[in-house]
Amino acid sequence: MSGNGRFEPRIVAFLCNWCTYTAADTAGVSRMKQPPNVDIIRVMCTGRIDPVFVLKAFAEGADGVIVSGCHPPGDCHYNNGNYKTFRRMPLVEALLQQYGIEEGRFHWGWISGAEAPKWAELTREFTEQVRKLGPLNWKQQFASKED
Amino acid sequence: MGQNGKLKLGLYWAASCGGCEIAVVELREKLLIVDQVADIVFWPVATDFKYKDVEAYPDGYMDVCFFNGAIRTSENEHLAHLLRKKSKILVAFGSCAYEGCIPGLANLFDRESIFRRVYLESESVDNPNKVVPQTTYQMPEGEIHIPKFYNTVKTLAQVTDVDYFLPGCPPQDPQIWAVIEAIVAGKLPPKGSVVGANEKTVCDECKHVREEKKIKKFYRYHEIIPDSTKCLFDQGIICAGPATRGGCGALCTKVDIPCRGCYGPPPNVCDQGASLLAAVASVVDADTEEDARRIVSEILDPVGTFYRFSLPASLLHRARLS
Repeated sequence: MSGNGRFEPRIVAFLCNWCTYTAADTAGVSRMKQPPNVDIIRVMCTGRIDPVFVLKAFAEGADGVIVSGCHPPGDCHYNNGNYKTFRRMPLVEALLQQYGIEEGRFHWGWISGAEAPKWAELTREFTEQVRKLGPLNWKQQFASKED
Repeated sequence: MGQNGKLKLGLYWAASCGGCEIAVVELREKLLIVDQVADIVFWPVATDFKYKDVEAYPDGYMDVCFFNGAIRTSENEHLAHLLRKKSKILVAFGSCAYEGCIPGLANLFDRESIFRRVYLESESVDNPNKVVPQTTYQMPEGEIHIPKFYNTVKTLAQVTDVDYFLPGCPPQDPQIWAVIEAIVAGKLPPKGSVVGANEKTVCDECKHVREEKKIKKFYRYHEIIPDSTKCLFDQGIICAGPATRGGCGALCTKVDIPCRGCYGPPPNVCDQGASLLAAVASVVDADTEEDARRIVSEILDPVGTFYRFSLPASLLHRARLS
């Protein structure tokens, strides 16, 4: 919660070094308006993003998670890292759904290095979307004593 | 150790199916050797010791306690704490105590929905008065109590301190024997170790040949007759081998049944399901997002498939409570 009592979501974004991170960097340098709720973790490629990263982020207190990298088919710096991502992430989505984590808390997609405004817009929209869903509080739910 | 030089051994079952007890009996003639080296001081399934006998033991009285079963009720939790206090070495015996196992899949639901299904909706139940378990009930003779059924299944290590983990559903008898020998010889690894298993995956013990094929369709086991020489994964059957600790001797794949993951994650893997998910995604033959979605949507129950034996021990532990 912020000082004014409004819920401030904590969002973890795993971004690939070559595309979306570059976009985020450009968005920052260009002074594009972005909420401070998104914590960026830079990885070399979205193909490096083990499903564990997403699950652990939620387990450790994230209210939302973003995975974003280079547009398929041809943008990936390593040729096919983004293919690995789009084969993996639909399954992660299905898992999260079974766990009861709303669809709106997880976003994965593609933003190229030239799409800084798209990144800024995503951070704004996603933050508001997660804010509406409210806190996830995963840790507390397992730690709480049985009544 | 007792005055007769024998170990004091306890065995207990919490939320489990009884298969772990059978696995102990599977030691067959070696049970006689166990009897020579150990006195059994608590084993509800086979002996007549009561809880009050255990409560009367001094702390640390038992040298070793094999605890099988997950923590489902307040009784399970009470016994977990009690046996921890009364034992020098507490072993989480079998998949339920180690990672929650099949009872742990109930973590996709909560107490209320489980009671509704089991006591009210189930097709085989006749319950006109709609009776569901109550923790207390007033009888003419006085108040009676039954243990509380928790919302969440936990592993033994999530409620108390555990010395060793012996995986398997059930643990294989040669592995149980190896652990008993190690205990008797005093050659146990550092506290917290997984014992009675290997350091590599089930694939390492499996005879099927892996060709790293890509697949366009996943099959459920009844939909295909597998080739018994080739890797089951290559044939589109989800096999937990790549994400499962070896030690069972790849018993299931030996008879062309896919591994389901009962020995838990291999060393250095914190979440078995995520590891299996990554393995499954890596064989999907899809060059577009739509293809990938279509192929993986054939996996009907991802949590039940990837976390069949490890949901309570996984990173997220359970589905969200409403």
